[in-house]
Amino acid sequence: MRALPVGDTALLVEVSSGEEAQALHAELVRRRAEGSLSVREIVPAARTVLLDGLTDPARLAAELTAAEVPPAPPRARDVIELRVRYDGPDLADVAAHWGVSPREVARVHAGTEFTVAFCGFAPGFGYLTGLPTRYDVPRRATPRTAVPAGSVGLAGPYTGVYPRSSPGGWQLIGTTDAVLWDHARVPAALLSPGTRVRFVEAP
Amino acid sequence: MTDRALSVVRAGALTTVQDRGRPGHAHLGVPRSGALDGPAAALANRLVGNGPDAAVLETTLNGCAVRPRCTVTVAVTGAPCRVTVDDRPAAWAAPVRVPAGAVLAIGTALSGVRSYVAVSGGLTVEPILGSRSTDLLSGLGPTPLTDGAVLPLGTPSPLHTRVDTAPQPAPPAELILHVTLGPRDDWFTPEAVRLFTSRTFQVSSASNRIGLRTQGPALERTHRGELPSEGMVLGAVQVPPDGGPVVFLADHPTTGGYPVIGVVREADLPAAAQAAPGTPLRFIGVRRR
Repeated sequence: MRALPVGDTALLVEVSSGEEAQALHAELVRRRAEGSLSVREIVPAARTVLLDGLTDPARLAAELTAAEVPPAPPRARDVIELRVRYDGPDLADVAAHWGVSPREVARVHAGTEFTVAFCGFAPGFGYLTGLPTRYDVPRRATPRTAVPAGSVGLAGPYTGVYPRSSPGGWQLIGTTDAVLWDHARVPAALLSPGTRVRFVEAP
Repeated sequence: MTDRALSVVRAGALTTVQDRGRPGHAHLGVPRSGALDGPAAALANRLVGNGPDAAVLETTLNGCAVRPRCTVTVAVTGAPCRVTVDDRPAAWAAPVRVPAGAVLAIGTALSGVRSYVAVSGGLTVEPILGSRSTDLLSGLGPTPLTDGAVLPLGTPSPLHTRVDTAPQPAPPAELILHVTLGPRDDWFTPEAVRLFTSRTFQVSSASNRIGLRTQGPALERTHRGELPSEGMVLGAVQVPPDGGPVVFLADHPTTGGYPVIGVVREADLPAAAQAAPGTPLRFIGVRRR
């Protein structure tokens, strides 16, 4: 674990894997909840957790690099189920990449339990991990100028659902009617870091 | 409809509603947003007796014009500009009374970029995640003003304004941004780091609320690979592979995959928001506090 100072009030804590980043994120959220950590933002990402709005980043850096972080993140209680139709325009390409049939892509994807590793790109967009690395796929060579809301896509090790129509380069394998982001709802984001997710194939 | 509202007569190039933004939601991919020149927006609010959280208008380069349906007190701060009420000159950076139905016009910025218009009672569009700010990156908050739009106003506070005029810093002729290096300065050659903190850049016309884009010497990397996405802070100076440094402003993305060579001190960012395209810009390396 490495804690890199960012400006005067932030710290970028770098670890060696996505799992460690999720564990560290869970631990930091726990410390904030119990009142032992005062921070404005805790932003997990692929291999890092950013802490922004600290009064003494150097002291926390020393403390964190000396501390032991529990290896596995505490599991969220509930699994959010997203009903999906595996009808995406890139389903055949993903199947070819995996070396399986499109049906098998749907079976594997719907048979996997995912975790929201982090959010970004747009409000409510989660980067979901859970697929074994052999199912990594590249982004599309040419991004689409408009990906419809509810599109379920793959890129690298991640699965994601577009909360609203936007440009995007992920390989689209399906569609869900779930509302990923609704600012009138509490919470506005259906998925947040640590949320467990299952895709259930719609009949 | 209530009288406590104002209608938009001329929206201007880009006029948005802004307050102090919505920090605390970066982990959901929600930018902090908020007025780019926070001190100017706060001053405008003070001049009309509003609290610090009241929402104001932020104009871009060519001002705007609005017609309140009730008599209000307004103040225009930030980029200096001509202010008129029904075509009669009115004071800039001072409380101005605008009678019901009169047109308040905010002219083109004489220098700087963004003027702030506070109205007594504040703009009371529906807040989202605790803020009324328009976030241009993710489309949260009210849409930018359009001609004919109507914005609701809150109830003015009974407190009297104790300030009748207030000095403000002039927009910068040369923009000086103090930076602490890192977290990814080790992705660049020592020569690139030296160029970054010694050469003069220019503010690019492609700048917006998301980032202050710059033109200047290319900053060469040592690392060729892709950086896995990581969290981004306000003031982060990201260097895309093919362009000049970009200083992240209020609507910046919460995560990003280009290396951050340094971070601009927050106190310097209001000046960055007022630096017009073509303004010379220098990054001065400073030690971490």
